[in-house]
Amino acid sequence: MRPMGVLLVVLVCGFFLWGTGGLPERGDPEGPAHTHVAVYYIENALADSETYNMVAAVLADYRVFDTFGEAVVVVAAALSVLLILLRRREDEDVPDHRSVAKGMGPEAGKEPGGGTTPPSGPVLGGDS
Amino acid sequence: MTSRYDSLFLDVVSRAIVPLIQIFALYVVTHGHYDPGGGFQGGVMLAASTILLRISQGEESYRRFSPSAGLYLAGFATLGIALWGFSSMLFGGTFLEHGYAIPGIDGVTLRYWGIFVVEVLIGFLVWGSLVAIYDGLTTGGMDE
Repeated sequence: MRPMGVLLVVLVCGFFLWGTGGLPERGDPEGPAHTHVAVYYIENALADSETYNMVAAVLADYRVFDTFGEAVVVVAAALSVLLILLRRREDEDVPDHRSVAKGMGPEAGKEPGGGTTPPSGPVLGGDS
Repeated sequence: MTSRYDSLFLDVVSRAIVPLIQIFALYVVTHGHYDPGGGFQGGVMLAASTILLRISQGEESYRRFSPSAGLYLAGFATLGIALWGFSSMLFGGTFLEHGYAIPGIDGVTLRYWGIFVVEVLIGFLVWGSLVAIYDGLTTGGMDE
């Protein structure tokens, strides 16, 4: 199996390297990336939106729908993190992370009244 | 909830440095028209200053900026961008086409301010989201 895998990697890499031969030269003014909408943005960004920073004009004006999507992705990530963590906490049998953190947090050795160190592992249900 | 680390240096230095971080972050957010920068970068800096306060000040920072506030901030900022976009749909443009957002104002000026509105709201959104993620990882999300 292993020689087959190596052969496959070499073939795919060779195919891609062969494919890059068809790409335009880097910085070629006639390349497709520089003849499509980019020319319009460069020539009209200042006149269209009084914005000196062309990048800001593209990001928040011409391509603002894409930027809005990116922002929604950030919020969705935050929501997902919170949903995963909150869901685990409602489950009684699983140690909740507040009690887990209590056993390992920076104040683990500073419990008032007791000079002894608490057990180093997670404290199961130890929410007093 | 993270607890406060008992260090005088951390306390003094973080208190001195947080306002500077926040002022520079506001500069980065609002100066996107002229310089590199914008909502994402400035929002990350605002979140970094808040998280520094979380680490160095403990309880006090949660009273000032509660764990649920981050999520509210992110949610309302997203809603704000969406409403701004819908308002231009209402007045004859397409979604988020700044030039039509408010009738009666010159389109070029509106596009200038549209970029500003979007950048500032994205700054708040990133700020709230990152603080919410940090609070979720340290406290479990919401305060009861």
